[in-house]
Amino acid sequence: MVLAVELILATAMYWFGGVILEAPEIGEIFRYWVLCLAVTGVLLAYFNLRSRALSPAFTEARLQALQSRIRPHFLFNCINAVLSLIRADPKRAEHALEDMADLFRVLMADNRQLSPLQREIELCQQYLQLEQLRLGERLKVEWHIDNLPSDALIPPLVLQPLLENAVYHGIEPIADTGIININIYKSRNEVHMVLRNPYQTEGKHHSGNKMALNNIRERLALHFDAESRLESKVSDNVYQVHIIIPFVTKV
Amino acid sequence: MSNLPLRVMVVDDEAPARNRLIDLLHDSAEKIPVQLVGEASNGLEALELLQAGHADVVLLDIRMPEMDGLELAQHLFKLTVPPALIFTTAYDVYAIKAFELHAVDYLLKPIRLTRLQEALMRVGTAKPIQQEVLQKIRPKPRTHLSVHERDKIHLVPLSDVVYFRAELKYVTIRTCEKEYLLEESLTRLEDEFQEYFVRIHRNCLVSKDYIAGFEKTEGISGEPSWMLLLRGLEEKLSVSRRQQHIMRELG
Repeated sequence: MVLAVELILATAMYWFGGVILEAPEIGEIFRYWVLCLAVTGVLLAYFNLRSRALSPAFTEARLQALQSRIRPHFLFNCINAVLSLIRADPKRAEHALEDMADLFRVLMADNRQLSPLQREIELCQQYLQLEQLRLGERLKVEWHIDNLPSDALIPPLVLQPLLENAVYHGIEPIADTGIININIYKSRNEVHMVLRNPYQTEGKHHSGNKMALNNIRERLALHFDAESRLESKVSDNVYQVHIIIPFVTKV
Repeated sequence: MSNLPLRVMVVDDEAPARNRLIDLLHDSAEKIPVQLVGEASNGLEALELLQAGHADVVLLDIRMPEMDGLELAQHLFKLTVPPALIFTTAYDVYAIKAFELHAVDYLLKPIRLTRLQEALMRVGTAKPIQQEVLQKIRPKPRTHLSVHERDKIHLVPLSDVVYFRAELKYVTIRTCEKEYLLEESLTRLEDEFQEYFVRIHRNCLVSKDYIAGFEKTEGISGEPSWMLLLRGLEEKLSVSRRQQHIMRELG
C-alpha cells in the first residue's frame, strides 16, 4: 500500500514537474527516483520498527519486565504495623496478615492480562486498610465511584501503586489529616481515573513518582497504544494523576 | 557500670511503632533496667519533654513530618546534657549508608529485642555522636532554629523568620512577634538558607517571603539609596549599595 502511494506521489511529482519545467532532462528523472526511494525507505523502516514494537511477543516481554515489584517500604511498614498490634489486638493483627497475603498474592501474580476494575478497587481498599493501621486518623480516603463502570477491564495494578505514592509523598510528610481523593467514572467510551493527594512542592523530588508513572504509562501503551493517556500535575498543593483508557469489557 | 535504670524516651510519629518499642523495653527490663521518661510524636513535643525531665537515651525515628529525627538530633545538642541517640528507620537506603559510613548507631524496624538490648548497652560506653557528623548525614537546611530563652530551648520555625541581623558576637532573629538571639554566624546561615533568604546588607539576611517591596530614599550624603519594605512589620531595612542588584532579581 505504501509503495503504491509512493509510486503515485513520485509519478505525480514527475508529471507536475514536467508540466511546470517543460521536458525535464534525464538527470531530473533520476533525482525523482532517488527522492522516491529515500522517502519509501524511511517510511518502511519506521513502520517496521512500530510493528515490531507492538508485536505480541515484544508486548508480552515488556509487560513481564514491568511487573509490579513489591516496594520494600510498604512491605516493612506492613510488617511493623502487624507486629505492633500483635499483643494489644491479636485479632486485628490476624486480619491484617490475611489482607497482606491477599495483596501480595496479587502483586506477585502474572499481571499481564487486563482484569476487572472492581478487583482493582477491592485491592486498593485492602491496601489502604493496611496503611490505616499505622497512620490512623492521618489517612482519609474519599472514593467517588457512584457511576463506576465496574465491568470495565483495566491493566491490573495501575491504581494501587499510585495510591502507594500518594501515601508516601502526600500523607506521611504531614502531621495532620491528609485526604486522598479517588474519582473513577465513564465518559463517552472512556474510563477516567483521577487521583488527588496533598503535596508540598518546596524542594521536593518527584523522582519516586516518575518511576511509577513511567511504568504505568508504558503498560497502558502496551495494552491500548495511543488510546490511553496519563497526565500528572501539581496545583494549589494538590498532586493529581488523571488516567484515561478506552472502555473495554471483553478482551 | 551504673545500676540505675536507663532513662529512655521514644520518639516516633506513628503510635504503633512507639507502642512496640515500649513493649520491647518492658521485655528487656530484667536484663537492662529501663525507665520510660516519655514518648513523643514530633520534634517539638520531644524537646519539651526532654527539658522537663532528663533522658539518658532517645530512640528516635528519622522519618517524621514537620521535623525529621536527624534535624531534631541537631537541636538536642543545645540541651545542657544532650542525651545519647539511637536512630530507628524502617527502610531508608540512603540513611543507612550514611549511618554506616559515620558509625552512627541505628536500629532497623522491625526492631528485634536483642538488637535493642545491644544498642542500649552500648549507650554508656560508645562515643557520643558529634554534631558535625549529623550535619554531614543531613545536609538539608533546617526547618527550625533552636534558641535559648529563659533557660529553655525554644524552636523558631524558619517560616516565621523575617530577617536575621548580625550583631557583635551573635545574630538576632526577627519574627513578626519577637526577637531572639542566636549564636551562629550570618554567613553560615546565608549558606544554609540561600534558597529562601537573601543577603541585602553585610549584616542582614532577609526572607524572600517577607519582602513587600522597595522604596527609594535620599541617603545621608544626598545620594539615592534603597530601603526594603517588609510584610508584617513597620520596620524598613536598608539595602547596601553593593547589594542593590538583587532588587532587579527580585523584581
